[in-house]
Amino acid sequence: MNIKEIQEEIIDEFSMFDDWMQRYEYMIELGKSLPLIEDNYKTDDNIIKGCQSKVWVHAELDSDKLVFTADSDAIITKGIIAILIRVFSNQRPSDIIAADTEFIDEIGLKEHLSPTRANGLVSMIKQLKLYAIAYQTQLS
Amino acid sequence: MTQTTIDVLKIREDFPILNREVNGKPLVYLDNAATSQTPIQVINAIVDYYSNYNANIHRGVHALSQEATDKYEAAREKIRAHYNASESKEIIFTSGTTHSINLVANGFSSLLNKGDEVLVTAMEHHSNIVPWQMLCERTGAHLKVIPMNLDGVLVMDAYHDLLSDKTKLVFCNHVSNALGTVNPIAEIIEAAHSVGAAVLVDGAQAAPHIKADFQRLDVDFYTVSAHKICGPTGVGMLYGKKEWLQKLPPYQGGGEMIAEVTFEKTTYADLPHKFEAGTPNICGGIAFGAALDYMNSIGFDNIANYEAELLTYATKQLLTIEGLKIYGIAKEKTGVISFNIEGVHPYDIGTILDKLGIAVRTGHHCAQPIMDFFKIPGTVRASFSFYNTKEEIDSLVSGVKRAAQMLL
Repeated sequence: MNIKEIQEEIIDEFSMFDDWMQRYEYMIELGKSLPLIEDNYKTDDNIIKGCQSKVWVHAELDSDKLVFTADSDAIITKGIIAILIRVFSNQRPSDIIAADTEFIDEIGLKEHLSPTRANGLVSMIKQLKLYAIAYQTQLS
Repeated sequence: MTQTTIDVLKIREDFPILNREVNGKPLVYLDNAATSQTPIQVINAIVDYYSNYNANIHRGVHALSQEATDKYEAAREKIRAHYNASESKEIIFTSGTTHSINLVANGFSSLLNKGDEVLVTAMEHHSNIVPWQMLCERTGAHLKVIPMNLDGVLVMDAYHDLLSDKTKLVFCNHVSNALGTVNPIAEIIEAAHSVGAAVLVDGAQAAPHIKADFQRLDVDFYTVSAHKICGPTGVGMLYGKKEWLQKLPPYQGGGEMIAEVTFEKTTYADLPHKFEAGTPNICGGIAFGAALDYMNSIGFDNIANYEAELLTYATKQLLTIEGLKIYGIAKEKTGVISFNIEGVHPYDIGTILDKLGIAVRTGHHCAQPIMDFFKIPGTVRASFSFYNTKEEIDSLVSGVKRAAQMLL
């Protein structure tokens, strides 16, 4: 699936929830269930410092696609990371660069992506795109 | 404990913001240590200023300027009287505590020598650490830390041991923002003076709960931000003993702070204007005075008694939650509870509470050394004011329980 299709799929999933509680419970489940990153990649170099929760991101090229792994010490942040990884991982760098994140708004999690929110997620998306730009250069 | 004489429901009518909803739920505002809410009396003072007598102050020949000057200076006098400073010129209007501290730290650059020592406590806000580190870098003085114990209480024996004839300055907060601990500032000041050191007390967190008496404390410097005591943001004050303020050089150059200016030399204005360069926050200063009037109309003894009741109640209720740990369990404490639930990140709890309309603060509370001391990434901090109710604490407790259920 391409990025847009995955985003549509996530929007569909979230449309089944009636209220914020269910959405958050789902995110918390996502956060809990996914082993997101190898411990040896949880280094200071890979850390994106939000004000409150730490976020780690690691990127690897698999033929022409970029594979992301990531983690956070806060579970809700981790849940959103799981969603972002699902969207952006295993995609071509050029597609990642071109993709938007408006689906976050549509699934009712916009507040987490406000630039002033101190959770490191905005920096994380920026970092995913920077990785994509770097690997795109490498590929071309 | 004395009988509460606060009519909290009547008081709440003074605060328009307390009627609003957040995420479809009635707002439960428990982030008072970050900023307090503003009563209509203070809002009216702000509206009155801009509606009726907005003008630049000092040296104006027209009526509005005179009126604004009189009200601004009357506010300074209110602050003096509230804190029992000996003269109103010892009250310098600033933009808040951080500005006040930087003003003093900058001034001491010319008074400290290499090898001098300055002491700070282990429970300071970053704003009472960084300016002194910068001061030490500039002057070659050493920064030493007065330790605290696991209860969040200063180790006073260690403090007395640290004091010597090398000690020139001691900085401590009156109340810790992250833990709520009330520090024994009278003892700290007396001991510092015995070795000839000056003391700056950061009163930002104490101001809404404790009425400090500057002359009785014999404190050298004391700082307050108006927005912690129902006033507006962007205004505060520095108290300094006249002798000290005369000794310190001006902080910023500009209008208002001069006596005479030629291109060869400028002479500075007398206190307090020497430290008040440029057009000040006139409206803010006047509203600061209105905020003190409001707080005093309720009475600081009443406020302290009621908040102590809230603190006791909240502590007891929160401790019924499994895995909940409170950081900062000093006997002398204001209405601040910093806590974590084992296995849960404070940010996650704060996020769920926000969804429930409950405003708390999460993170390191600009006091990273404290978090390092307890080896935690941060805490959830609920901080109470005299307009909070026990029902709101019940909402907090059930909110935290719900968050724990979801997150664990």
